[in-house]
Amino acid sequence: MVKGKKDKLLDIFIYLFLIIAAFIVIYPLFVMVSTSLKTNMEVLVNPFGLPTEFNLDGYRYVLEVAGFPTFFRNSIIITAVSLFVLLLVSVMASYPLSRFTFRGNRMIYFYFIIGAMLPARLATVNMYQIINALGLFDTLFALILIYIAMTIPISIFIIAGFMAELPRELDESARIDGASDSRILFSIWVPLLRPALATVAIFNFIPIWNEFFFPLIFISSDQWKPLPLGIAQFFGQYQSDWPTAFAALTIAILPPLIFYLMASKHFIKGLTAGALKG
Amino acid sequence: MTFIGLDNFRRLLLEEPYSVRFFNAVGNTFEFFAYTMVFQNVTALLLALALTRGLKFTGFFRTVIFIPVTLSLLMIGFVWTLMLNPNIGVINEVLTMIGLENLTRAWLGSETWALPVVTMVNAWQYTGLMVMLFVAGIQGIPEERYEAARIDGARGWAMFRHITLPPLYPIIGIVTIMTYMGVFNQFDLVYAMVGSTGGPRYSVDVLGTFFYRTAFGGSGGQMPQMGLGAAIATMTFLFIAVAVCFFLYLSHLRAKGDR
Repeated sequence: MVKGKKDKLLDIFIYLFLIIAAFIVIYPLFVMVSTSLKTNMEVLVNPFGLPTEFNLDGYRYVLEVAGFPTFFRNSIIITAVSLFVLLLVSVMASYPLSRFTFRGNRMIYFYFIIGAMLPARLATVNMYQIINALGLFDTLFALILIYIAMTIPISIFIIAGFMAELPRELDESARIDGASDSRILFSIWVPLLRPALATVAIFNFIPIWNEFFFPLIFISSDQWKPLPLGIAQFFGQYQSDWPTAFAALTIAILPPLIFYLMASKHFIKGLTAGALKG
Repeated sequence: MTFIGLDNFRRLLLEEPYSVRFFNAVGNTFEFFAYTMVFQNVTALLLALALTRGLKFTGFFRTVIFIPVTLSLLMIGFVWTLMLNPNIGVINEVLTMIGLENLTRAWLGSETWALPVVTMVNAWQYTGLMVMLFVAGIQGIPEERYEAARIDGARGWAMFRHITLPPLYPIIGIVTIMTYMGVFNQFDLVYAMVGSTGGPRYSVDVLGTFFYRTAFGGSGGQMPQMGLGAAIATMTFLFIAVAVCFFLYLSHLRAKGDR
């Protein structure tokens, strides 16, 4: 179809709109990175421009003095362990729920799914009592348990939904060959489920990595703080030292940003699909 | 722990200062929701329309607009807090530069402005996600419908109103319920930008911060009151449950209508 003059004018307006939107997204990130490289003096004199010379003091301070490597380590352990156990448990639960017919199947499935409708934070008071009773207060394990519980519903929903659409013949022929249930699950299903597992991993990676509320409640000592909690406390103290504050924020924001830019298509698909299904 | 029946609810709903704080937080939460619907979701629908016209560089814009979704709300809150700083923050500097000096103010220190500003930052973060939901919806509309409407002479607004919009109703429903649940779960951003006391004279205090303060004694030297906190969480649950049931009822009605 040939575009008329009116359509071309409209296109120009749309580009303008998109450029403004992109600018609004990128500008705060630009301010963050460029301020982190300035000196305190330059922040006052030259708030908009690029830094005239790279001042890495803020980064040095954050990495060497402020304990950021520890916060990073904690965040990585929490996220990795939570995601691994989450995937394992969700796959094992989804398999019978989507492939076997038995009494109460639908009931158990809905029991899981209801969890996706409710914010986990509403149960914080009860969690607090449970975690205390288990003697897990101020441990990484407390957070890992909560995150797994929090993400199981949506993960089972996605994985079981994906499994239900795959053809039945696959496991039937394996069963005739005498393979056990666990064998069928891990050698036949798991490889086929890779797209669904990737969606689940991406969908849950972001909220777990960024979670702040539960660490605020359950972690008190510095050595177990994950990144967001470490930053919050650091930010309170260094708010007036702009380059250092922004250096800390830059360091914390970079890992998910880099992940995203490397695999933006998967992220957009994973996060959108997860949200649409939930 | 002793069982005290509905006493926590009585205190929450009838006894000062809790009742005042509670109804204030409920009001702010709904205000937060209303602002977000406008700032975030209307913008998202417009961006989604712009991104589905088959223009060049669509992929690039899509990638950029989605960036904030992957970032931490808490840290984004800190970045914007610094940018909104009344003395040397970039926002006031820009306003001064373009001659709008009389618009500069201490944004987060103002009872009138703090809540809208916080909701705008929240919109900055989540618009990208809503855009993608709308894009998915728009791309599901078959091209033939547009062709047919074009032959019938539909253009511009009429085209949007009668061809694009009706199939998007379910998506609009999902976006609305997600926004609603997000707002009733809101804590991080308010904490980062105005602290757990809920900003100047509780003007940004939402149910999330009120719950945290009450149950875990975030500040003010009060003793944590877990029972009262649990009552706040239960009320929050009721607000969410009612909305979710209403939403499910509406989609049920629609599904029946389609048959």
